[in-house]
Amino acid sequence: MRISPTKFISLLFLVLSVLYLYSAYNIQVFAFDENAPFNARTFPIYLGYAGIFLSSLKIILPEKTTIIVDHKVLDYKSIIYLIIVSVIYGAVILKIGYFLSTSLFLISSYYLLGERRWIWMFTLSFPFVAIFMYLLHGVLNIYLRDPLLQYLGIIG
Amino acid sequence: MIEGILIGLSTALSFTNILMVMVGCFAGTIIGMLPGLGPMTAIALMIPITYGFDPSTGLILMAGVYYGAVFGGSTSSILLNAPGVPGTVATAFDGYPMAQQGKAGKALAIAAYSSFAGGTISAIFLLIAAPSLSKVSLSFQSPDYFALMILGLTAISAFSSKGQFLKAMMMVILGLMLATVGQDSLSDITRFTFNNMNLTDGISFVLIVMATFAMSEALTIIFRGKDPNRAAKQISLTELGSIKVNKEETIKMAKTIPRSSILGFLIGVLPGAGATIASFLAYGMERNYVNDEEKQKFGKGSVHGLSAPETANNAACSGSFVPLLTLGIPGSGTTAVMLGALLGFGIQPGPRLYQTNPEIFWSVIMSMYIGMVILLILNLPLIPYIARILAVPRNFLIPLILFFSVTGIYLMSFNNFDIFLMIGIAVVATFLRLYDFPMPPLILAFVLGGLMEETLRRSLLISDGSPNFLWERPITLIILLLTITIVGWQIFSTFRKKS
Repeated sequence: MRISPTKFISLLFLVLSVLYLYSAYNIQVFAFDENAPFNARTFPIYLGYAGIFLSSLKIILPEKTTIIVDHKVLDYKSIIYLIIVSVIYGAVILKIGYFLSTSLFLISSYYLLGERRWIWMFTLSFPFVAIFMYLLHGVLNIYLRDPLLQYLGIIG
Repeated sequence: MIEGILIGLSTALSFTNILMVMVGCFAGTIIGMLPGLGPMTAIALMIPITYGFDPSTGLILMAGVYYGAVFGGSTSSILLNAPGVPGTVATAFDGYPMAQQGKAGKALAIAAYSSFAGGTISAIFLLIAAPSLSKVSLSFQSPDYFALMILGLTAISAFSSKGQFLKAMMMVILGLMLATVGQDSLSDITRFTFNNMNLTDGISFVLIVMATFAMSEALTIIFRGKDPNRAAKQISLTELGSIKVNKEETIKMAKTIPRSSILGFLIGVLPGAGATIASFLAYGMERNYVNDEEKQKFGKGSVHGLSAPETANNAACSGSFVPLLTLGIPGSGTTAVMLGALLGFGIQPGPRLYQTNPEIFWSVIMSMYIGMVILLILNLPLIPYIARILAVPRNFLIPLILFFSVTGIYLMSFNNFDIFLMIGIAVVATFLRLYDFPMPPLILAFVLGGLMEETLRRSLLISDGSPNFLWERPITLIILLLTITIVGWQIFSTFRKKS
């Protein structure tokens, strides 16, 4: 039997709703609140049941139109690389600072997406981030944490 | 009201705020022009910038972005037949054929004048309607608000998801589930945090918007190999032609604009409807109004056919501010993003907004009008140059969107967890988008989640746990009946299509 992707997603949503409902029933409420008309559990419990009801309906009811996605035309390679680069960016941003990590993230992303014009890649990374940081930090007075630049005494 | 208008004008006409409207309109036009990136993405990307401003300025900037993005969407519809936003799909029906006839400049001018007129007329309606509605909505109680939110969520699921009602409703539940993560507002009991300290304060609204719109749209563009700049060469080759509109065309526009403005505004006020439905309805209505000779021109470059949807989509934008400003309940995904941003500023929109923060209430309304003027006098002559932004290759565009998204989250919390969570949600949202699971209902539900729980709590406590509160008050009952009608209509239309 072949299950359509939409129904598969609905099935995942059903599982999520069941787990959510289970967690909702396990929310610890104060003893005096246990039998109150409304406590911290009430709304999540309603949501859990609503999720189960709607996802079950989606699974049971026949589909009017099946959405066909041609996976051959989807660019999995680029997207996986870009997600990996984004995760690395998120991981190092606090350690090496906003300026350096962002500039390196931009250069590597441009490269991964096939860009090879190094002058543009450089211009739209280090100087671009510097100008952006100046606008945020210097002009708009928005605090931008960058331990590296603070250590070097470039920003306060 | 005159006093309020003067307060609004003095705030909106300050140097900073005029500058912000200009920046907003300009940035919105550029982002809205890029196919795939709509007003919600444009506003989401602007949120980090608004942190540095006071609430009025921040909201004025976002309102400018909103109008700019809708106008930008029209430009790509006319020049490329690639609407930047769903609200401008109908614009392409006659705008693109006109551009193909070498009258792209004229088509852009008609779109700009119609947008200006539609926006201006509906801003006047808003000026009149909002204070009156605010007074009426002061009599609303918790059960009415709860019912209104149910109606809004049902309506956005029904109207914004092209026959995917169940999918949209699932997204609503997912949005509400995400909103329950963190401390319960009354008892401070933590829920669904799995002992993770980073989730104690809940998931940030900006994170959800950035993940489900900005980042996910950027990933979708790469995933589908959709190049938003594919037609860039076409633009440089296209002869835009004159932007002058002759007398005959002006008369045609003058007939179309009033009726499309009224329709657009009314549709915009309805929760969940908005610019897309308004533009299609206006297009259809206009076709019925014109004579047989004009009817033949529809789809081949009709002035009526271009003017009607453009007027209506801008009028609907103003209309969508009515429920936000008067009830504190956004009627569309875009105004939901604005509500989230306002809550971030510590301001709760609603019937009391125009008493407690009159400068915000009135300055937003006045800045809409200023935004319209700026769009007309600044963007129209600059369009041939702005359109070149479409020539920016996606190799640069996508990383820059990702950079803005991560920066927005980094500025808020300075922790890695939020960035990882955003990437995770963006990946899930990208796959959901592939299978037509709509994101606006999720955003609206996420924004309304806290308020919905609060009003349900009050209603149940007042009625001692009984569901009677749903039908005890006539207003609540009427709103619920409307909700049932929408659900019933969805079921009926499903069975009708099958048979």
